[in-house]
Amino acid sequence: MTQTVTLHVFRGDSNGGEFREYKVKTAPGMVVLDAIHQIQKEQDGTLACRWNCKAAKCGSCSAEINGHPGLMCKTRIEALPTEKPVVVQPVKTFPIIKDLVTDVSWNYEIAKTIAPLKLKDEGSTEPLRMQQEDVDRVQEFRKCIECFLCQDVCHILRDRHRKDIFYGPRQMVRIAALAMHPLDASERRPFIKDQAGVLACNITKCCTEVCPEHIKITDNAIIPLKERVADLYFDPIRALIRKVKR
Amino acid sequence: MAVTPQRRSQDKRTFRTDAWWIQPAVVAVVFTAFVVYATFRTFENNYYSAPIHLSDLYQAGQVGDLLSPLYSPLIPIDWKIWGYHVSPAILILVFPLSFRLTCYYYRKAYYRSYFLTPPACAVRGLGGSAYTGERKFPFILQNLHRFTWYFAAIFIVILAIDVIRSMMYHGGGWGVSVGTLVLLLNVILLGAYTFGCHSCRHFCGGCVNSFSKHKGLYGLWRKVTYLNERHQLFAWSSLVWVSLTDLYVRTVTSGAIADHVFFRF
Ligand code: SF4
Ligand code: SF4
Ligand code: FES
Ligand code: FES
Repeated sequence: MTQTVTLHVFRGDSNGGEFREYKVKTAPGMVVLDAIHQIQKEQDGTLACRWNCKAAKCGSCSAEINGHPGLMCKTRIEALPTEKPVVVQPVKTFPIIKDLVTDVSWNYEIAKTIAPLKLKDEGSTEPLRMQQEDVDRVQEFRKCIECFLCQDVCHILRDRHRKDIFYGPRQMVRIAALAMHPLDASERRPFIKDQAGVLACNITKCCTEVCPEHIKITDNAIIPLKERVADLYFDPIRALIRKVKR
Repeated sequence: MAVTPQRRSQDKRTFRTDAWWIQPAVVAVVFTAFVVYATFRTFENNYYSAPIHLSDLYQAGQVGDLLSPLYSPLIPIDWKIWGYHVSPAILILVFPLSFRLTCYYYRKAYYRSYFLTPPACAVRGLGGSAYTGERKFPFILQNLHRFTWYFAAIFIVILAIDVIRSMMYHGGGWGVSVGTLVLLLNVILLGAYTFGCHSCRHFCGGCVNSFSKHKGLYGLWRKVTYLNERHQLFAWSSLVWVSLTDLYVRTVTSGAIADHVFFRF
């Protein structure tokens, strides 16, 4: 049965803006991105949004729907309370370019500072063989679609604006994938502690809550990285063993 | 230096319309209730063990030693400070307390419920850009969690011995009572909590990169991971059950009820 839903969509740019009201006819299975597309097509062609796959796989359509960071193409209208208007706005952590489109380039810039995989025997012509048990753990991290919803929800970046002390959960996932790689030979812990700032995270798990790929960011990436950092910096017993071994 | 991005004009604490405050509120209430109860019992310094508060049943040799987990291991020191007998529970309190306080799960719970950093996701919490997380004192101490785990693991052994002692009857022979089962469930839940700890997971394989080269550790890591995935569940169930176990021991040793014996052998 066709019904009408009211949306309050943010319109504006980095100088500010306002919520504008739109009424859209719903259809079974409709998602928020469909509603935005309908507005663009029928009511206001100047409304800007970023999208690509409409299958929750490209990570482009991140937004905040009724205050929840989520993918517009994965959020069904029928799952939202429709008595009140559905509020759609751009992610808060990154500067707005226009309407629902934000500038997430900071994420790509800091990603460049993370050292790539360093093989133990660089230069060897032997084929690299991976066993399934070695792949299991890091495979989870490869599911990341770079939607940056975790970066958006992380209070350190979102509310405290401390991009200077913390790389954010998405980059912790990237670092974990490299640090736990069975063939990686880098000593990454000083970088993880000082530059990437893993100790800034207070493990409140909002990144895990919003990840559309259900990556257990806090439990499987951040906390294991904290434990690895503790091995080097907060464990005098291990430090002693290292000294004796040397 | 804090980097301030350009902000929307519609900036407010949250745009969430659901009851996001319920979860942190429930956690705060349950946790506070536990702290109040445990503090009362620690300072009560009474009704924690059968041998000290002999009941008629005990004298007749019908019950084993029931010891409250809040008082275990029982340190037989009687210190007096300003005329006050120091409770033996205080002497051991630091171990379970520091373990739970630095636990990764409880950190999440109390950072959200007590410190409101943040109270819920996409809700602006307390404190601004001066935030340092666990990089500076005092929260940098959280990184020492692994040391509290070593002691917690020893406590599991001690509590398991308490279960055995509850079955050793003073009149000779063995028996299983309600108290035995209560203590047994307590040690099972605490064991599941302790061995699902993130530090334990790190020692049991998390620290290695190549599981194919450490097959034994891989098996262990997977078992610990099973518990670790349920860490929150065991954190709460063990906390509640420790309190109920203590309450049961208190009820029995105060003479209010007898510890029902199922069978003897
Ligand atoms: S768990 Fe850490 S990284 Fe994830 S949202 Fe919370 S503070 Fe940020
Ligand atoms: S970790 Fe999850 S939430 Fe974060 S960018 Fe990747 S897919 Fe998105
Ligand atoms: S459009 Fe690709 S994730 Fe939504
Ligand atoms: S006891 Fe919870 S993480 Fe160690």
